[in-house]
Amino acid sequence: MVKFVESELVQLRNEVYEMWTLVYKQMEQVKQAVLDMDADMAKQVLMRERRVDAMELRIDSKVEDIIALYTPVAIDLRFVLAMFKINNDLERIGDYADGMARFVKDAAGTALDAELVGRLRLEEMFSTVLVMMDSLKQALMDEDPAKAASVLETDDILDEIKNSSIGILVDYAKKHTDSIYLCIGLAGVIRKIERTGDHLSNVAEDIVFYIDAKVLKHNMTQDAGQ
Amino acid sequence: MNKIEAIDVNFYYGDFHALKGISMEIPQNKVVAFIGPSGCGKSTFLRLFNRMNDLIPGSRLQGRILIDGQDIYAPGGMEVDELRKNVGMVFQRPNPFPKSIFDNVAYGLRVNGIKDKEFIRQRVEESLRGAALWDEVKDKLNSSAYALSGGQQQRLCIARAMAISPSVLLMDEPASALDPISTAKVEELICELRNQVTIVIVTHNMQQASRVSDKTAFFYMGEMIEYDDTKVIFTNPHKEATQNYITGRFG
Repeated sequence: MVKFVESELVQLRNEVYEMWTLVYKQMEQVKQAVLDMDADMAKQVLMRERRVDAMELRIDSKVEDIIALYTPVAIDLRFVLAMFKINNDLERIGDYADGMARFVKDAAGTALDAELVGRLRLEEMFSTVLVMMDSLKQALMDEDPAKAASVLETDDILDEIKNSSIGILVDYAKKHTDSIYLCIGLAGVIRKIERTGDHLSNVAEDIVFYIDAKVLKHNMTQDAGQ
Repeated sequence: MNKIEAIDVNFYYGDFHALKGISMEIPQNKVVAFIGPSGCGKSTFLRLFNRMNDLIPGSRLQGRILIDGQDIYAPGGMEVDELRKNVGMVFQRPNPFPKSIFDNVAYGLRVNGIKDKEFIRQRVEESLRGAALWDEVKDKLNSSAYALSGGQQQRLCIARAMAISPSVLLMDEPASALDPISTAKVEELICELRNQVTIVIVTHNMQQASRVSDKTAFFYMGEMIEYDDTKVIFTNPHKEATQNYITGRFG
């Protein structure tokens, strides 16, 4: 790989890191917005969503240029494909943050029942995806596929919390009929956090694919190209 | 700012109409690639920029070619020797002179009447460094240029062309006879030289055109079908013929 092509790949990597930081901040702020039902914080997330979309387009365009102009092969090709897919996953996570912020904005003035929030393990869900995001970014920076793969197990926690949340919310809505709208909204928030975990699992698989050329998705383990 | 401007250029080999009404502007300090199938006229067009076609019997040019705003074919205008001091050329096959490495690079300077030995020594070193060859040859400057590998010989030819500080460098398939590692070195060199000179390169290797050039022109049967930023040509060309050519669907 000649130097000027290498510098294009470095630029792409840096832009994905930038996207990562932006989406992490979105998720961090929407956590606070939801837990405090803070409409002002939610508005900040909503405003920043356009930047996430713009960055996604910029990275997509960069990937298209690199493939068209520099025809990367082997690890360079896997890197470019992984960055393309991670970019799309990050953008979807940004969309979930946007959706959760909309819920907070629409439900402005409503307070959350602290006991319900505790039983739903909402804070734990948010913290789990933030830790996943952080670990995966570090795994990419360190080029550490084992660290990336270790995040896959964490997703199970999110699935388990989400699965138990339905019963909790139904029980709560039966006892507090004036909170049905809020409960539906919270079910949406929980669903979005769980989906965020799924996208982060995809990111973990993409990092492993890039570094080790192994395909982990759909419970398959095989080398790329086979 | 445009370095080279071609205005409605038509060129004939006897009755054969080789270039048909080509107009294009080449900006200063950019790399422009000419692509197209064999016989499309891209090399003929390139060679007009330093009047390499002048001596071909029966050939005829219509239209104007300006370099730095000056018509290089104007009657009573610029001498060919003067033109070629400003417009260097590198060919498909490395063509070092049967001389030492040092004398190859010093040749253009001496031909131009420079006698100051210290100046020549400095310029040879600068040119070899500029061509990323200095470290490989600094201990054998008096050895024959033929002792170098093909890739080294081609970089020597680039150093020789650059020694007289041209402002335009023409390259006619400069890496087609080289292995991938030497090709990568020449491509890196092209990218570095763009800070000093305007480069026009003819290549059959489309990946090379896409990697090294800022703008690309696609030629077919003597016509310039499309000329645009390389990024546009290789991601979203406007002409169907260009798309068919770069995707290999031609014919």
